[in-house]
Amino acid sequence: MCASAKYNTRGPALIPRMKTKHRIYYITLFSIVLLGLIATGMFQFWPHSIESSSDWTVEKRSVHDVPVVKLPADSPIPERGDLSCRMHTCFDVYRCGFNPKNKIKVYIYSLKKYVDEYGTSVSNTISREYNELLTAISDSEFYTDDVNRACLFVPSIDVLNQNALRIKETAQALAQLSRWDRGTNHLLFNMLPGGPPDYNTALDVPRDRALLAGGGFSTWTYRQGYDVSIPVYSPLSGEVDLPERGPGPRRYFILSSQMALHPEYRSELEALQAENGESVLILDKCTNLSDGVPAVRKRCHKNQVFDYPQVLQESTFCVVLRGARLGQAVLSDVLQAGCVPVIIADSYILPFSEVLDWKRASVVIPEEKMPEMYSILQSVPQRQIEEMQRQARWFWEAYFRSMKAIALATLQIINDRIYPYAAISYEEWNDPPAVKWSSVSNPLFLPLIPPQSQGFTAIVLTYDRVESLFRVITEVSKVPSLSKLLVVWNNQNKNPPEESLWPKIRVPLKVVRTAENKLSNRFFPYDEIETEAVLAIDDDIIMLTSDELQFGYEVWREFPDRLVGYPGRLHLWDHEMNKWKYESEWTNEVSMVLTGAAFYHKYFNYLYTYKMPGDIKNWVDAHMNCEDIAMNFLVANVTGKSVIKVTPRKKFKCPECTAIDGLSLDQTHMVERSECINKFASVFGTMPLKVVEHRADPVLYKDDFPEKLKSFPNIGSL
Amino acid sequence: MQTRKKYIFLTFLASWLLLFFFGGDQLRHFAFFSGRKTEARRNWPRWTDRSLLKSFADSEELQSDGDPSLPSPRERRAARLSVYKNSRCRMETCFDFSRCEKHGFKVFTYPRERDQPLSESYGKILASIERSRYYTPNPEEACLFILSIDTLDRDHLSGQYVRNVDEKIRGFPLWNGGRNHLIFNLYSGTWPNYTEDLGFDIGQAILAKASFYTESFRPGFDISIPLFPKDHPQRGGEKGWLYQDSVPPKKKYLLVFKGKRYLTGIGSSTRNALHHIHNGKDIISLTTCKHGKDWEKHKDTRCDKDNVDYEKFNYQELLHNSTFCIVPRGRRLGSFRFLEALQAACIPVLLSDGWELPFAEAIDWGKAAVVGNERLLLQIPSAVRCIHPERVLAFQQQTQFLWDAYFSSVDKIVHTTLEIIKDRLLPHRSRSRFLWNTLPGGLLALPEFSTHLGDFPFYYLQHGSSPSEKFTAFIRAVSPAGSLSQPILRLIQAVSGSQYCAQILVLWSCEKPPPPSGKWPQTTVPLTIIQGRGKLSDRFFPYAAIQTDAVLSLDEHASLSTSEVDFAFTVWRSFPERIVGFPTQSHFWDAEQKRWGYTSKWTNELSIVLTAAAFYHRYYHSLFTEYLPAGLRELVDGLAACEDILMNVLVAAVTKLPPIKVTQRKQHKESVSQQVKGTTGAAGGRRFSQHQDCLNQLADWFGYMPLVSSQLRLDPVLFKDQVSVLRKKYPRLEKP
Repeated sequence: MCASAKYNTRGPALIPRMKTKHRIYYITLFSIVLLGLIATGMFQFWPHSIESSSDWTVEKRSVHDVPVVKLPADSPIPERGDLSCRMHTCFDVYRCGFNPKNKIKVYIYSLKKYVDEYGTSVSNTISREYNELLTAISDSEFYTDDVNRACLFVPSIDVLNQNALRIKETAQALAQLSRWDRGTNHLLFNMLPGGPPDYNTALDVPRDRALLAGGGFSTWTYRQGYDVSIPVYSPLSGEVDLPERGPGPRRYFILSSQMALHPEYRSELEALQAENGESVLILDKCTNLSDGVPAVRKRCHKNQVFDYPQVLQESTFCVVLRGARLGQAVLSDVLQAGCVPVIIADSYILPFSEVLDWKRASVVIPEEKMPEMYSILQSVPQRQIEEMQRQARWFWEAYFRSMKAIALATLQIINDRIYPYAAISYEEWNDPPAVKWSSVSNPLFLPLIPPQSQGFTAIVLTYDRVESLFRVITEVSKVPSLSKLLVVWNNQNKNPPEESLWPKIRVPLKVVRTAENKLSNRFFPYDEIETEAVLAIDDDIIMLTSDELQFGYEVWREFPDRLVGYPGRLHLWDHEMNKWKYESEWTNEVSMVLTGAAFYHKYFNYLYTYKMPGDIKNWVDAHMNCEDIAMNFLVANVTGKSVIKVTPRKKFKCPECTAIDGLSLDQTHMVERSECINKFASVFGTMPLKVVEHRADPVLYKDDFPEKLKSFPNIGSL
Repeated sequence: MQTRKKYIFLTFLASWLLLFFFGGDQLRHFAFFSGRKTEARRNWPRWTDRSLLKSFADSEELQSDGDPSLPSPRERRAARLSVYKNSRCRMETCFDFSRCEKHGFKVFTYPRERDQPLSESYGKILASIERSRYYTPNPEEACLFILSIDTLDRDHLSGQYVRNVDEKIRGFPLWNGGRNHLIFNLYSGTWPNYTEDLGFDIGQAILAKASFYTESFRPGFDISIPLFPKDHPQRGGEKGWLYQDSVPPKKKYLLVFKGKRYLTGIGSSTRNALHHIHNGKDIISLTTCKHGKDWEKHKDTRCDKDNVDYEKFNYQELLHNSTFCIVPRGRRLGSFRFLEALQAACIPVLLSDGWELPFAEAIDWGKAAVVGNERLLLQIPSAVRCIHPERVLAFQQQTQFLWDAYFSSVDKIVHTTLEIIKDRLLPHRSRSRFLWNTLPGGLLALPEFSTHLGDFPFYYLQHGSSPSEKFTAFIRAVSPAGSLSQPILRLIQAVSGSQYCAQILVLWSCEKPPPPSGKWPQTTVPLTIIQGRGKLSDRFFPYAAIQTDAVLSLDEHASLSTSEVDFAFTVWRSFPERIVGFPTQSHFWDAEQKRWGYTSKWTNELSIVLTAAAFYHRYYHSLFTEYLPAGLRELVDGLAACEDILMNVLVAAVTKLPPIKVTQRKQHKESVSQQVKGTTGAAGGRRFSQHQDCLNQLADWFGYMPLVSSQLRLDPVLFKDQVSVLRKKYPRLEKP
């Protein structure tokens, strides 16, 4: 501050004295300084740029060039896996910390080649699948390259297939990882556990506290809530493209495509086939294939040759029997084919069973019940089979199709355990996109009839029609359940009348002044609204009786998640124009109610203000029209329910065309409203409005019964 | 002048050099960090030869995963039985499925011995089982056995501890090493360690226990149940406290706790830390040291102040006024607080590491509770603050649904336990997680009926489907004449005229055989006659012939026109989970006689739609026949016109919503009122008091009054409006 003041006093004196000679001098000085700066900068950045360019060369390396690590014979071996490990006992949550994104950070150790004392390698450095898996993690949001910030560590030591590694030495390699610490927060991926003769159902490599994402867990080896059960990846999914097959009958009812089944299982399957004939197809390995045909892509039944996995699409159900191991790669192929897996593998923990609802995509049959398989499967309703086929395909697409899908689902499951309050919901895990799209999850799903005592808040949107507004206020204030009246003053150029001029009513009356004349102000969730029920009413609706309004409130209490209103409207499909049309005539159906007089839940004000899809809200404000249609769309879309129109039709003074007089204007109005419907339907991507043929009246409406004994006698008058 | 410039130049140069030598290092760091942000992070390398890498297993190995040297599956299963016993039990090794095959899922309770003390809670558990539809008094038929020895409290310091259990059970001939037995327990272990030890060998019995540790829980075999107090109601149960969906869903406090602080011993680390998050404003966490006899011995400096603060707040008031409630472990993992918070719609924040949550096999707790981590207590306030209001609203509603569906009474807790076990017997006929976690809940969604969501009346919206477009008319004929009366002929004509009618079924409940097929009117839709067994509850039997979602239930005297049927059916399609019908009645609380009253007079309200003319979903036939215990159906068979009320009560208990009345033609009303007038004599009086009895007995059986009243009637949109009749779709409904 002070320094700059000095320059200012000196500056004006200096500049006039400056001559051309001096100017050159100054310029030279300046450029020298600039050059110095650049040189310094270059020098400072130099070492770092060497680093990054060396990184670049690492990227271009081959897996054979990775550093070699020699494991001494006596290097430590981790303890065997601890069966009692759970997240709260063996996992260090402090490493994960609290972060606003609720995402765990995953670190991957760099790739090394491990050899024993004699230089013999411990395992294949890395398989194609494990490389894909690590690449996927590295590309994901979970990844961090900073070992100090990591919550979860993934060794680059490939243990996907236990048969491809030396158990003791692999364990030693794990133990010497820089952050191993008894395996805490380390995650190993294994798909083929165990080996002959006993085929353990979990990886035999001693791993101490490390978490295991394993394919083929049994209930005895799976540490629920700690380990993750993953699929056995089928490399065929990468090679073969099986397009999703639509619903409809398939040629076979039950298909078994596995090779090397135990003879006992095979004979049981053959017994099924003998009993049920052609609808059951039992395939086996082909014995007499010509050379060059890959055996894995063919299956045979007697002399008939079938293409695999294409043949799976020909069957409704596909048997997935356990082999030496519980987890079978064929499960992935079956799901890909959209064939419903029939899982016969007692005590098998199905892939991602912590989050996936397998009952929706598969049939699990106990081994002992194998002879009853046919009748069990026949009891599955046809419509359910179609859904299961779709569900099976969706599971494959989302969680089986690639190593990336498997890796990310695994990390997400662990993430959900650490940040349970931000966990992905059942629906997000399990609903196929088609279901997510067509199904509705009502935010007000609990069946409640709100207490009458809380009453409702009336909101009157007004601009300058004070006289009419006061009449509305007086009329509405007669309704017994009114608990507060809110006037939204939408006129910025004019002040609302003085307090003393307002009608005196028995409930609190508040005036809210808005910053801009927008229709959406009517639907703002004002803090002043303390009741659940809101009555939106225009400042010219004076023809509704107190009985009608009170009855409307009672109806809303029985349908608190719907729009309950008086004038009803309809949308129609115009076959000639191939678009939607707005209808306000006397029709036998309704699909909307006008919000010039309607009850609804305050929750929908939040939705309208903050969750309106697309640009609808701004569009409505800009066009000064159709806010009511937008509200009808919003509520119907989120609840899947129709509106409720109450009480008979009245001669409303054209409530929706305030400043309009004359027929021709009325027609342009209708055109505009129709346009709104078409616009909104395209933004919502669907037509959510539901058409109904009923309206609500009091139980004894127009019944031959003394009027004075009726709760709401004054309905339909005026 | 020149020298001055030289000096300036030199100073510049010198300062650059200085900066370069001394400040360079810091500058480098600075540059490094700012540079890192833009630079790509060090990702997993893209190996040049990645496409040449070998697969983790060759295809042959993956697709023929067999080993001929392995023992046969049968041998392996036999070997498994001997290895995985007792503490490693699973259903397939420790449960004898064959016992359940012949008679289905039947539960036997051991006869109670006179000298055997029985706690109130265990008495309720046994009563629940004996009242359930699964109960059998015959051990030969039983699939599951329940001991009569009270095993709820296994704290040997407790007064209700039963001694020598081992000896007693070994004397039971049915015990069989505990196979197919279910043992209930609420408290295990004792001071100071509160282990899972029950003090006797449960062998291969399934353990349904509160405060289960995940480590000792046998997955898919044991069941974790909630801890419930001894005054927990037998049936019905209190309603949840959420009676409105306030928006925003905030209450006075954000997070509360009020309870004991353990100064020493197990569980103290959590309870001792809870006071740290107290801020006196929106987070209230109060602890007291006053518990046990010798608390003053362990007393620390906080105790006195804490004890004073503790008294300032009322626990019930906190429960009512908080959005979240901390449910920390006590000495054991579960506490009464859990159910209290659930009922109060105060979202439980669980701090109980290693607790296998109640019924977690079925219930998705992530939708109703925040599962916290004892070690991260201090993060809880910020974590719950960050939960979006929409989610809070959903959480609150879910607590109420779960409370009401599975926890509010001992009956519900016990039945949930039984249903979970039953679901394991036939995995392909069991409930998906969706059914358990969606209204109306697993107990009311019978997998025997269907496992397909679209077959139930509750899930159309979530499932994205709609009810079928046709209905089955189901007419009950009781006229003793043995021939066809005029009303039934008219009725068949009217109903078969409906464009939505798929078929007509006549339940012939007369003693005389039905007239030959030639006597029946010719209809465009198939007409089938079913011979009834003469019981009133027959009309709600799930006949296989009913294939449409909708059933139009009719008495032969009902007089309906085709347009009434058409209109009612379109209304029903909007409300497929409710009863939609014509004549209605209502119930009320008779304060003078302290019992429920019943009226068939014209009133401004309605709560019962008579099934003499009503649409409902065919699923309710299954629920009526299979869900309700046989005793209740017998009760209905003994009382006149009670089956109507029971059906209404059942549907109201399931939906918590009133039925729907649709408009009726005048003429029909008159005939009804004439009927009513005609029966106001002695016979009518008796009939009326039977209605009243029925209603009261049902309320008693359900434990509360499920019926809900409605004040509205649904009419066609233009009903009695002043428009041309030609414009109206249902003009006939208005004819006087």
